[in-house]
Amino acid sequence: MAAVDDLQFEEFGDVATSLAANPDATTINIEGPGETPKRLGPPRGSGREEDDELLGNDDSDKTELLAGQKKSSPFWTFEYYQTFFDVDTYQVFDRIKGSLLPIPGKNFVRLYIRSNPDLYGPFWICATLVFAIAISGNLSNFLIHLGEKTYHYVPEFRKVSIAATIIYAYAWLVPFALWGFLLWRNSKVMNIVSYSFLEIVCVYGYSLFIYIPTAILWIIPQKAVRWILVMMALGISGSVLAMTFWPAVREDNRRVALATIVTIVLLHTLLSVGCLAYFFDAPEVDHLPTTAVVPNQTVVAAKSS
Amino acid sequence: MPQLMRAFNVFSNSYQFAGLSDISISQDIPVEGEITIPMRSRIREFDSSTLNESVQNTIMRDLKAVGKKFMHVLYPRKSNTLLRDWDLWGPLVLCVTLALMLQRGSADSENDGGPQFAEVFVIIWFGAVTITLNSKLLGGNISFFQSLCVLGYCILPLTVALLVCRLVLLAKPGPINFIVRLFVVIMMFAWSIVASTAFLADSQPPNRKALAVYPVFLFYFVISWMILTFTP
Repeated sequence: MAAVDDLQFEEFGDVATSLAANPDATTINIEGPGETPKRLGPPRGSGREEDDELLGNDDSDKTELLAGQKKSSPFWTFEYYQTFFDVDTYQVFDRIKGSLLPIPGKNFVRLYIRSNPDLYGPFWICATLVFAIAISGNLSNFLIHLGEKTYHYVPEFRKVSIAATIIYAYAWLVPFALWGFLLWRNSKVMNIVSYSFLEIVCVYGYSLFIYIPTAILWIIPQKAVRWILVMMALGISGSVLAMTFWPAVREDNRRVALATIVTIVLLHTLLSVGCLAYFFDAPEVDHLPTTAVVPNQTVVAAKSS
Repeated sequence: MPQLMRAFNVFSNSYQFAGLSDISISQDIPVEGEITIPMRSRIREFDSSTLNESVQNTIMRDLKAVGKKFMHVLYPRKSNTLLRDWDLWGPLVLCVTLALMLQRGSADSENDGGPQFAEVFVIIWFGAVTITLNSKLLGGNISFFQSLCVLGYCILPLTVALLVCRLVLLAKPGPINFIVRLFVVIMMFAWSIVASTAFLADSQPPNRKALAVYPVFLFYFVISWMILTFTP
């Protein structure tokens, strides 16, 4: 690169060509790739209408574009997976809060995820839930059978693997099935709102958060308390899911839309009731004293049968 | 360096009669030579000499390194030694000890017993790998094996807790027994967390520290639970 005239600016041409000419030269890239998606946050005014929040009209094009822009690395590089963990602490807390307080009319995906779905939340919430259920189940069984002379405490470690299989299968296979179903319906009916697979996984993951305190409270060996907790948890997380997916199916045939929402809530119910039934022994009707064990045990057996 | 001077001299000699104004510095001046770091030859010497040393020397050196790291865990200070020279001997020894001691002596044919040897092993190693991957995905700048090393070494307080629990369990069973074990396990759990965060927290960007530390908390909590619920 000869400077013929010292007073004239040299044309270095395109970055690519100059790099090709001189591969060892360093170039400064001022425009970072991470800047574009983040600009999505602040310019959104709070004066948006409800419909926009639900439908995300001009939003969905932008989010599709930006989602495409963000994941530019090929899938076999580490950087590709780093884009799924691009969340800060306060963002994770915000998303958890959003899953705990479903506001009617606010869509969890549009409000909190905003085309930045993360895998941190779903993965660690599921991991915590697995251990919460296994440990709480173990504790609750221990407390229920505390007085019995014939009861020998076992840590029941097998149940951790079973819990892990159930929870992770639910958190990944059900979103996959739902995504496939929505994709299929999208090809038949033009839906305004469509979610990517990761956004669905994200919603499901964060909606499972309510079950962590529920599982801990299930230690209380009262049937009524447990069922009230089931209802409350189901109400909250079910409504988050229903409000998220209603805009995606409401353009469709009425029956199909309703059936989808009902199926989502039903599967959620199945998960919670199944976990309650399998990991937590039924609390006894009476808490019996430890003296005179044998005749009381037969009485209890007669009562529970 | 002398080669560079020679090349430049050649250039200036060829332009001697044209005058100095014709020499343009932006022309390519061939630079040759080798840059050697004087350290390298010393290290190479050092390496070759370890081949000739006695086996006892080698073993003692590794044992001393492991022992020094144990000391670092017991008195956690922010030091780089643990991070720089990582090794996985300590974690392996601790993991095997923990898994062996968590085995119950009775030939229990019941399935719902305590964790099997393989389960403890898998939980510790896959847990550590998952935490490391999580930390790297969040943007931390710690290397993979350094993180495994730190997490493995910080199991030491919990192994001590298990030893104490086993000793306490030899005494009469009862609520006092349980309270003592609970207290010991809680103390050692807190110690593990403090020790590991002292080493790991700095490698994370500040707005994601909590996200990286929480899995460590979960990991040690699960191990503490396994220790606390151990019944011989």
